[in-house]
Amino acid sequence: MQLPIETFTLPNGLRVTVSEDHTAPIVAVNLWYHVGSANEPLDRTGFAHLFEHMLFQGSEHVAANEHFELIQRAGGTLNGSTWLERTNYYETVPSNQLALALWLEADRMARLVPAMTQEKLDTQRDVVKNERRWSVDNQPYGSWWEKLPALCFPPTHPFHHSLMGSMEHLSDATLEDVAAFFHTYYTPDNAVLSIVGDVTIDEAHRLVEEHFGSIPRGNGRPPLADMSVPSTFGEWRREVVFDDVMVPRLFLAMRAPVLGSADYYPVSVAGAVLGMGRGCRLHRELVREQQLASSVVAFTFDLAKGSDLLILDVTARPGVTGDQLEHAVGSILDSMHRDGVSDDEVERAIAVITTELTTSLQSAQSRADKLSQFATYFDDPTLVNRQVAAFERVSTADVTRVARRLFGADNRASLLYEPRGEDAHAAEGAFQEGDA
Amino acid sequence: MNRGDRPSPSPARPYAFPEAERARLSNGLTVHVVPLRRLPVVTTLLMSDAGAECDSVATAGVASLSVDAQTEGTTERDGTALANAFEQLGGSLDTAATWAYSELSTTVAASRFEGALSLLAEATRVPSFPESDVLRLREERMAELLQQRTEPRGLADDMFASACFAAVSRYASPEGGAEQTVAAISRDDVVRHHANFVLPARSTLIVVGDVEIEHVLRHAESVLGSWSGQGDSSPDVAVAPTHAGRVVHLVTKVDSPQSELRVGHTAVGRRHPDFHAISVMNAILGGLFNSRINLNLRETHAYTYGAFSHFDWRRHGSAFETSTAVRSDVTGAAVREIFAEIDRMRNEAVSPAELSLAIDYLTGVFPIRFETTAAIADAIAMRESYGLPADYFDRYREQVAAVSADDILRVAQKHLTPDRTQVVAVGDPAIVRGELEALNVGPVYLYDATGRRTA
Repeated sequence: MQLPIETFTLPNGLRVTVSEDHTAPIVAVNLWYHVGSANEPLDRTGFAHLFEHMLFQGSEHVAANEHFELIQRAGGTLNGSTWLERTNYYETVPSNQLALALWLEADRMARLVPAMTQEKLDTQRDVVKNERRWSVDNQPYGSWWEKLPALCFPPTHPFHHSLMGSMEHLSDATLEDVAAFFHTYYTPDNAVLSIVGDVTIDEAHRLVEEHFGSIPRGNGRPPLADMSVPSTFGEWRREVVFDDVMVPRLFLAMRAPVLGSADYYPVSVAGAVLGMGRGCRLHRELVREQQLASSVVAFTFDLAKGSDLLILDVTARPGVTGDQLEHAVGSILDSMHRDGVSDDEVERAIAVITTELTTSLQSAQSRADKLSQFATYFDDPTLVNRQVAAFERVSTADVTRVARRLFGADNRASLLYEPRGEDAHAAEGAFQEGDA
Repeated sequence: MNRGDRPSPSPARPYAFPEAERARLSNGLTVHVVPLRRLPVVTTLLMSDAGAECDSVATAGVASLSVDAQTEGTTERDGTALANAFEQLGGSLDTAATWAYSELSTTVAASRFEGALSLLAEATRVPSFPESDVLRLREERMAELLQQRTEPRGLADDMFASACFAAVSRYASPEGGAEQTVAAISRDDVVRHHANFVLPARSTLIVVGDVEIEHVLRHAESVLGSWSGQGDSSPDVAVAPTHAGRVVHLVTKVDSPQSELRVGHTAVGRRHPDFHAISVMNAILGGLFNSRINLNLRETHAYTYGAFSHFDWRRHGSAFETSTAVRSDVTGAAVREIFAEIDRMRNEAVSPAELSLAIDYLTGVFPIRFETTAAIADAIAMRESYGLPADYFDRYREQVAAVSADDILRVAQKHLTPDRTQVVAVGDPAIVRGELEALNVGPVYLYDATGRRTA
């Protein structure tokens, strides 16, 4: 299945991708700025995400929170999100409201700063601190989001620090920081716009010119610190965290080839052989046969620079110790490292991955997000049409080869959560009760 | 055009909810087929009137365990082989038990539809429910419940259910059951549930995607046409509130930097004629980002990352529920603001701007809700499970658009009942107990993380 894809670039550097689909009267607008937590100064961790919140606080012609109101009044949905390497903003609207969505995005790309006030910054800083409490501090295992990258990347590496940031750095952020970040990174030549759905290429071109054409190009972005790291850890590094949790949970990361590289595909298939679906090795062996785990999953961060991470996330059954869990996961990796994989396993993994890829393209917004991703990282949105083939080309020998290279004991980082003393007792008692 | 001028919309293109062909197999099984030429994928969903409402109160969790256990093997192949067979087709056999129905579903490439339906039919007709796997699934559910003791959102949800619904109601514990009830479930319970409730006369097959109607019906007849069985009628679901008046339920989570809050009460069932007016009212109160509760708690006071209200619709009696997580030292203030917003909703008419925002959103977003084959299948399953009319989705937008400010005031006064509202807070009593007592909302009951009352 091939999506129709048209691209053009405005003189100010804004790269635009359009994919027509007239099966329903809706259209998705998706804007990626090539800036994420990796670009933050080290004394402003969390700033890229705080800044994302500020983008909903209005611009020259839009009042605070009016962006939400106008899109919802138009019958649309919207949000934004921050990641290590990018920040995205998106709306899905009835197709007759496309101009409104583009006007809103253009107004804040062109004229954000006049609307920024200390009061808005103070409020959003508190909202973000509440988001941190909600997702990290007051969630069992919630700190894995910051502990795992810190364990996997050296302290000066742009991926080392937490995307959510520290409370202290959030407190330090100023309006000057907001203006400087805006002028450096929120420029048309550092952005990619994708429009998918019920619109013609001509109409899209006309509207984009009208709303974004006069926004001046930026002055270039400062280079990132050196992202390169060795392709394996060269050791099995471990960190144990005693936390307010009832059962152990292991996050085991391996360094992996970056998104879009040739070996990204066989490594993703290897990850699915290990931890995707119920026919995967971790599920079969740890959940079903040995009954040491209650849930397992493998996933990648899909990082495009430096090194990606393939992460196994395994939660112990009550009564199973963290050591037992880590040892069992290690053994499964050892055997895949030693003996490779079978044709059946690879066939299953590829079928599951490619079905999910195709199914996920049903929504106009997820199609637009994929186009933006490939345009931002590789300057080629048409890559979206070659993903299924790239996975289908992966052979059993390819997967066995990458497992030999990456699944050994010299490429592991374990972040193991263990119940704190008194909680462990409670867990034991409950387990016996449950059994009786 | 001037940069400050907001673009006005061009004429809207019409949209209609995709039309389904209805048919009946020789054994009475109802089939809905929605041919959709978008992407070459198909969602197949088999729903049965066998949801958590079919559980007895003492063995709450059977429905959920039973539908999960359908994936653990059939008389033809064991659980591993069944999972592999599905996944070789690129699909997975997804299971769920809602209050009203249980379902098996899968989404695969259109070329693999026949194989997927055959497997789904096999897991429905001849599941083997191996004892060891049923018990393993039960232990996994017990593990999940144990983990929840340190998980504030789950703790709050479960305490809210038992604070609203009296213990005689199935709705007092979660769909998946509670520790005491799940521990009591045996393989026999699971087998009996399946035999009594997962039957052709209680089931509907829904197929949405790139398919031909004739082809679907022919294949469905060949793999499901001989499925048969007689069962029980559904048990009655008692719906009674736990407390006649307001009570604050404080669940202890020491050192918690936030309090997880639930504020609400029991409400009418899903088929109530006020449904559309209640939906618009709730959008204004706490459903939208720009709702009164979210703007108040998040944007005005910065107490929270987000605050929302919704009606958790069920067949026999629903729950109205406001949810948020707030900084511990503003727990009392946040509860006061929520009560104030509920009172304001009952005391004065909404403004024309608020009314049009809610109606324009709910009617405008309608096509966006049904972009995927799975979303359309789920919508049909919802409609069938509540016994809503066949033209329900065709009439939805006109019914929402007809709601007036007077209707909203009337349904707010009738369906929001502050004098019997329950407040649940999961937080650190050392910080929040005094604040909650000072509110004078009602008596403050204290609980540990297993839900046992300690004071």
